Amino acid sequence: MSTNGKGYIVGAFEHPTRKADNTSVAQLHAEVAYGALQDAGLSKDDVDGFFCTGAAPGLGPLNMADYLGLTKLKHLDSTDMGGCSYVMHVGHAVEAIALGKCNIALITLAGRPRAEAMATGTAPRSWGVNVPDDPFEIVYGRTVANAYAMCAMRHMYEYGTTSEQLAWIKVAASHHAQHNPHAMLPKVVTVEDVVNSPMVSDPLHRLDCCVISDGGGALIVTRPEIAKSLKRPLVKVKGHGEATKNQNAGYTDLTYSGAVWSGPRAFEEAGVTPKDIQYASIYDSFTITVLIQLEDLGFCKKGEGGKFVADGNLISGVGKLPFNTDGGGLCNNHPANRGGMTKVIEAVRQLRHEAHPKVQVPGCTLALAHGTGGLLGTRHGSATVILERE
Amino acid sequence: MATMAFNRALPEIKTDPTNQPFFDGARAGKLLIGKCNDTGKFFWYPRGCSPFTLSNNIELVEAKGTGTIYTFTVMRTKEPHCVAYVELDEGIRVFTNIVDCDLDSLKIGQKVKLVFKPTQGDGPPAFMFTPA
Repeated sequence: MSTNGKGYIVGAFEHPTRKADNTSVAQLHAEVAYGALQDAGLSKDDVDGFFCTGAAPGLGPLNMADYLGLTKLKHLDSTDMGGCSYVMHVGHAVEAIALGKCNIALITLAGRPRAEAMATGTAPRSWGVNVPDDPFEIVYGRTVANAYAMCAMRHMYEYGTTSEQLAWIKVAASHHAQHNPHAMLPKVVTVEDVVNSPMVSDPLHRLDCCVISDGGGALIVTRPEIAKSLKRPLVKVKGHGEATKNQNAGYTDLTYSGAVWSGPRAFEEAGVTPKDIQYASIYDSFTITVLIQLEDLGFCKKGEGGKFVADGNLISGVGKLPFNTDGGGLCNNHPANRGGMTKVIEAVRQLRHEAHPKVQVPGCTLALAHGTGGLLGTRHGSATVILERE
Repeated sequence: MATMAFNRALPEIKTDPTNQPFFDGARAGKLLIGKCNDTGKFFWYPRGCSPFTLSNNIELVEAKGTGTIYTFTVMRTKEPHCVAYVELDEGIRVFTNIVDCDLDSLKIGQKVKLVFKPTQGDGPPAFMFTPA
């Protein structure tokens, strides 16, 4: 059974805060949920499906469903694959709607790692207790930064990718961020700025890394009949794919990501190809994340990502594939260290033709949002959705 | 320029009942790797089941302790250190550190050999590698 067209995104809201010193995580969830419902023209008691992750305070959705006063829930999902979870949740919400398990699904994300002064990328951390890989990795100082850096190093070795090529990804994001009043880093940067910024973990410089920010976002997904009764432009979920990739029992290959599986699954369901995509939200925890995912999603051949992203090819109005027109994680925000939510939200803005006029893709009708969650260099989740304006 | 690897204070490794034999091996100066006896293939990281068949028909065998750098990165902190995957001569790639060397001289493909470094507390030592 295909779920192509069985669900529509009718509400989307991104929290404007980037540093939430005076707001709790639970309250951030409430604010994004309210914002998305207002956007959709719906109210709290219309929600009968609720999706969140381990980033939500409490046990799965239990405590947040209570805080938010969600009393009509018939379907709950706390699938947690890190930052790509919210892309997955869109797919799962459509599945649940298609099966009649719920009618109006609310997906929320919020967090405040910046206010809590979390060393997101450069301090070793575990996902929990009794994690079987931890005894073989934590002692070596495994961090987010070095796990991605090792992928970049190997990609450079195998394909000749350069730091300057990676820098172009940040340059493109900064060109978009200059038009976003909420962006943490709205200043346009050059390739030289990136490669001359301090080295964090070779070959990734500070400006190859995303920001650490507070905030969050929410989405509302519903069935076609309800979507058509609301006043917002129709954004249909055409395809969804998900996957996980890991060390493959020691036969590890760091040159590709789970997008090699999630991407084709989404494209097949949607009945379109990478050439058809007019706008792409691509998870940008680091510049290398974008490059590897673009290759794996089929926007260019494996190993040619460096050439593909260079010379402004990702800049809206300049290049062939406008990406992350909100400035992305590299320049705008990365709420709760999880960028999948904002990837979907900016794709929705593009399809509604509500992106900033300077970055809006003219006549955008087909967009892709893709996320990687966890660590590209050890084990990660991968999720792709393809969205169409109807 | 040269950047000598910093001898970081290593956190205690928290073992569990299933991986204890691996870490007992480390205390004895041995790097043990998983071997699936259903398929004859080595695997990493060590665990109580075969990642190829899920059966418990597995054993730990001693690795030669030599390999090459598959990929690496140098964390440019006040305590510069190298995080790497080393491809063992047995064919599997292990998450590790490269130590006791000039971090600016490291190359993918470089030959390395096994060393052990003590960790804090009474825990087992951590296996690492240094240029051969």
